Amino acid sequence: MIEVDNLSKRYKRYPQRWARLGEWLSGGRWAPYESRWALRGVSFSVRPGEALGVVGANGAGKSTLLKILAGTTVPTSGSVAISGRVAALLELGLGFHPDFTGRQNAVVGCQMLGMSPAEVRACLPEVVDFAELGDVFDQPLRSYSTGMQMRLAFSVATAVRPDVLIVDEALSVGDVYFQHKGIRRIRAFREAGTTMLFVSHDLGAVKALCDRALLLDGGHLLHSGTPAAVIDYYNALVAQREDAGPISQTGSAEGRTVTRSGNGLARITAVEMCDAAARARQVFQVGEAVQLRCRIDFFTAVDRPTIGLLIRDRLGSDVFGTNSYHLDRSAECVQSGESLLATFTAPLNLGPGSYSITIAVHTDRTHEERSFDWWDRALVFEVVPNDAYHFVGTARLPVELTLERRPTASLRSGDGLQRPSPLP
Amino acid sequence: MLARAVWQYRGFVWGMVSREFQARYLQSLLGSAWMLLNPAAMIAIYTVIFSQVMRARLPGQDDAFAYSIYLCAGLLTWNFFAEVIVRSLTVFLDNAALLKKASFPRISLPVVLLLSSSINFAIIFALFLLVLLATGRFPGWPIVALIPLLALQQAFALGLGTLLGVLNVFFRDVAQLVLVALQLWFWLTPIVYSSAIVPEWAQAALAWNPLAPLVAGYQQILVAGTWPPWWQFRLHLVGALAALALGFLAFDRLSGEMVDEL
Repeated sequence: MIEVDNLSKRYKRYPQRWARLGEWLSGGRWAPYESRWALRGVSFSVRPGEALGVVGANGAGKSTLLKILAGTTVPTSGSVAISGRVAALLELGLGFHPDFTGRQNAVVGCQMLGMSPAEVRACLPEVVDFAELGDVFDQPLRSYSTGMQMRLAFSVATAVRPDVLIVDEALSVGDVYFQHKGIRRIRAFREAGTTMLFVSHDLGAVKALCDRALLLDGGHLLHSGTPAAVIDYYNALVAQREDAGPISQTGSAEGRTVTRSGNGLARITAVEMCDAAARARQVFQVGEAVQLRCRIDFFTAVDRPTIGLLIRDRLGSDVFGTNSYHLDRSAECVQSGESLLATFTAPLNLGPGSYSITIAVHTDRTHEERSFDWWDRALVFEVVPNDAYHFVGTARLPVELTLERRPTASLRSGDGLQRPSPLP
Repeated sequence: MLARAVWQYRGFVWGMVSREFQARYLQSLLGSAWMLLNPAAMIAIYTVIFSQVMRARLPGQDDAFAYSIYLCAGLLTWNFFAEVIVRSLTVFLDNAALLKKASFPRISLPVVLLLSSSINFAIIFALFLLVLLATGRFPGWPIVALIPLLALQQAFALGLGTLLGVLNVFFRDVAQLVLVALQLWFWLTPIVYSSAIVPEWAQAALAWNPLAPLVAGYQQILVAGTWPPWWQFRLHLVGALAALALGFLAFDRLSGEMVDEL
């Protein structure tokens, strides 16, 4: 049970070092600082056993909220009531010491959760088992990779089922194997009645793991409801902001590196990704029909320009790419001063995750011929699971499955399915 | 309430104390042997150098070891006092990673510090007492009087140290200032010299130094082997309690803002 009432957190920023001394000496009457409200009047409650996701842009106050709930940060006003044992995974690590071994650090971590020596002894094998660090467990933490440290931190924090588990992006580090193992454990906790608070930029994970979501924006609680509803609202909010700007440069707005190249004789001036209702969005469901629209301004006459599209996953691997040449849809001849509007329409048969779109304008088959403009990561979008079947990977194949039952005797022993033998 | 929180986290407190000792000797070949070697060397230096090499004598005493004992009585206890203050100055800064990432009773940190310096002191003082026994200069029962005096001194150090440690998070000048002040304080306390050699007018000034009567008490117990004058320390009790209250008050008021500042 978590009860948050009218929670606010102010960070003070002093123009210079002496200012704080002045404030203290004046007994607080002189307040020379600049207030930055990370949270403002946030109230909500979480029922026991509920999983709550917190979404919002960078700097919306998500991490501050979790830090207050975890007890590391004190709120400026308002109150928090949490019943039961709280385990928090804030960012990386648990304040580990690099010179101690994984085992020693695990013991500290357990003690820090308030365990007695007997409890620590009892739960240590469990930590060893779950972290799967092998011999490295007795090596100094210095020699650990980031992923290994995360594994250790996660294993310690979740060694004993807490009543409340607070997770801040902690699962985004580490390999996929461990991520899944972690999520399995979190699911098991939830089934056993642990209340969960979960902050993630991975909207798919929020949707998959949470019963309810909160949307924070500039420290205010903007919306709360089912994860799907809140994520849609969030998308609309993001889209609305983009409209305010001249072009949708989502990619660069998020601080990613945007690469542009080309001879500049034609320029991609706008790129947007829309749903079936022609609303610009950043998050789509698996299989949703989308339109990718881009505008290209030409400063020279070009005979049959080619417009290319490339989708990459978050690691930068090509997922899908094609162009107007291959699609056999070339515009005839575009004059100088003209603009071309290109719209690609496709069902978004991609797996959940984040992707980027690269747009290119060139002649002939590839951009090596004559490249006018190449805009890397012109746009970033997110794919979240839909209500249909679950799958892993980036490609959604339209799978059909048929099952037949027949007696084993009709298949000869040893024949089976090991060797590709024709089934009768 | 604070005491109960610390008690509940006693596993953590004890773990931190033992880890601190481990960390200190982790990369050394001799390991925990240094826990004994270091203080033993220090006591040996003071006794041998001052009694044999420099032949320093206490005024009015002809005993070769009297000055060494006098020096150790003041110096070891002063070091205990200074260690708590100096380490308190940076205790919150040193544990910034822990304070930011984990939730535990923050007051455990000064407690850990007090415990670990007490262990350090216990080791070195035990060695010193062994030397006294070996040289036949053990003071006998009055030794028990050290306990209340040290308790007063360390309560004062803990309170003052916590106050300064909290302030130092906001203004790092505090640490610099205190380190200089401690140097001065050391020389204003009759540890190396005897108060008997101090001129009349300075005697009055020494009376304002709260540590001077305490140190004089240790010296009296260990050199003369007599009970200290208890009534002299009634103000010390008030002072120690006031320092503790002040330290905890500052901690209570500012510990929230402190974490934002780290």
